[in-house]
Amino acid sequence: MSEALVAVETPGAAVPGVSGAGQFWRRLRAQRAAMVAAGVVALLVLVALAAPLLTALEGQDPNTYHSSLVDSARGGVPIGSLGGISGDHWLGVEPQTGRDLFARLVYGARVSLGVALAATIVQVLIGVVVGVSAALGSRWVDQLLSRFTDVIVALPLMIMSLALLAIVPSSFPRPVLVALVIGLIGWGTIAKIVRAQTLTLKQLDHVAAARLSGWGTWRIARRELLPGIAAPIITYAALLVPSNISAEAALSFLGVGVKPPTPSWGQMLTAADVWYQAAPQYLLLPAGALFLTVLALTVLGDGVRTALDPRAASRLRVGTGRKREAKA
Amino acid sequence: MTGFLLRRVLGAVVTLLAISVIVYVVFYVTPGNVAQITCGPRCSPEQVDQVAQQLRLDDPLYVRYWHFLEGLVAGQDYSTGTSVEHCSAPCLGLSYQSDQQVTQLILNKLPVSLSLVFGAMVLWLILGVGTGVLSAWRRGRLSERLLTGVTLAGVATPVFVIGLVLMIVVCGQLQLLPFPQYVNLTDDPEQWAWNLLLPWLSLALIEAAAFARLTRASMLETLADDHIRTFRAYGVGERSVIGRHALRGALAPVIALNANNFGSAVGGAVLTETLFGLPGIGQELVHAVNVVDLPVVVGMVLVIGFFVVLANAVADVLYAVADRRVVLA
Repeated sequence: MSEALVAVETPGAAVPGVSGAGQFWRRLRAQRAAMVAAGVVALLVLVALAAPLLTALEGQDPNTYHSSLVDSARGGVPIGSLGGISGDHWLGVEPQTGRDLFARLVYGARVSLGVALAATIVQVLIGVVVGVSAALGSRWVDQLLSRFTDVIVALPLMIMSLALLAIVPSSFPRPVLVALVIGLIGWGTIAKIVRAQTLTLKQLDHVAAARLSGWGTWRIARRELLPGIAAPIITYAALLVPSNISAEAALSFLGVGVKPPTPSWGQMLTAADVWYQAAPQYLLLPAGALFLTVLALTVLGDGVRTALDPRAASRLRVGTGRKREAKA
Repeated sequence: MTGFLLRRVLGAVVTLLAISVIVYVVFYVTPGNVAQITCGPRCSPEQVDQVAQQLRLDDPLYVRYWHFLEGLVAGQDYSTGTSVEHCSAPCLGLSYQSDQQVTQLILNKLPVSLSLVFGAMVLWLILGVGTGVLSAWRRGRLSERLLTGVTLAGVATPVFVIGLVLMIVVCGQLQLLPFPQYVNLTDDPEQWAWNLLLPWLSLALIEAAAFARLTRASMLETLADDHIRTFRAYGVGERSVIGRHALRGALAPVIALNANNFGSAVGGAVLTETLFGLPGIGQELVHAVNVVDLPVVVGMVLVIGFFVVLANAVADVLYAVADRRVVLA
């Protein structure tokens, strides 16, 4: 049923990948929530990139202990109001160690966003290669790859990454490892989407024409198919990033993700668990950062999906450039 | 129907076998020295060799995998020092750490995890589908916007953040509930439910949000269908249109999502168990991972994989029942 739908809608300007980036931006800009989210995401990326600069501005770094700033008589509670917030320590200090929380938070953003982006890239690369190969290859190749994809989808991401992360020696750079593990397990769904879309596109006239003119498979895939599958890939990838952020935080929360002293939001939450009464901001900061980041990325992902969905065009006030159909 | 079921079961078995191969190979081709880790840091090289022999680490991988399958189907005998222990089928091997049978270990922990996941599933289906139907019904009103905002926030919150906040607020600040302590269902059903209430809620709230979004979208799509217009034209009441006819058409994707999300829910259950200190499979898995107890890790991943595959198979059947347009092939 869905194949028939796509086939009807595909010719003409309705294919987002073909109709160009300009239309995509117009449709994205028409969504206020998505634009706000995009702003937040841009800010977060900026903060992550400028982490050394920001901490230099504050005059702190994420790993220096300040034992003079915590009250050892009361079990290591930060001295001063609101968890030791001051001109020197903008968001206060960590209980017990006295490490600067602002510095740990912004460096944690680097880990969070970096790992999630890298994992998404790995997922998309594997997913596209497997999906396109399955759709264009012989029946056997398709069967083999599709069944393998089914198996990968059936493996629970959290469980597998948890287990995988345990057996790799700790000498391997941890953030890279976490990104790789999430990437290597989480590509199943995108491969399925790409395969289905490629199979649909394969039937269309422009691909048949390309094949008749004697183009090779690789050239057809790159020139005729990739523009058509770009929209679903971008849509799904945009929603993968926030789920990868949650996955990294969860693994670090369980103690198998990014290891100390590298700051990570998930790890901060584990450590903050016992301090919620004495130093609530220690818990609220990473929780809030995580919430805000995932929320902004999810809203942005939703916006991207709406902007790329031909059926959603009529719901927005901009779109094809043609006059909007009269409302029924 | 029988043919369809048979093929579905066969497919599930093949998938499980494939999972077992992948998991086995991935975990036993480890870069670390398993014998050394099992023996401990103070072992002499001779002792390490002895452990390696005991664990059959010198055999080629396919031989060990074959043994593993044999044990799974027919059971196996293990010599633990002086005595011989019989591990009856389905045998998943012995724990490196405690010499306990992995199957037994898992069976001991399974009730806790099943209580958690299935209890939460009931909650998230009721909450998620209910919210979805409600917001499709109240489309364009203030209540729909509120619901949409809440579900969006739910989707964006990691399960351990919700769990942590719930625990701190409900158990710590308000002291409405004691910190959860697992009580067996058979011992005291009331205490069982009370103690699992918070873990259920934290796991269910996240999943419910995803279901609410999907149900809403699916309902809106179904409501735009011609047959719904026909129902309305015949004068069928709005309540009946939404509650019976539209919901039925909209349920198929919900069932599919429930199967797909089962894996992620199990992952969430690991976090929930760790957070609330529930002695389930998840907690045991985290422990086994930390001490590199490979038979336990492999056994647990396989058992979890089994449940995920089972959930998918059941969903396929339900899918066909819920949506009569689906042709069994």
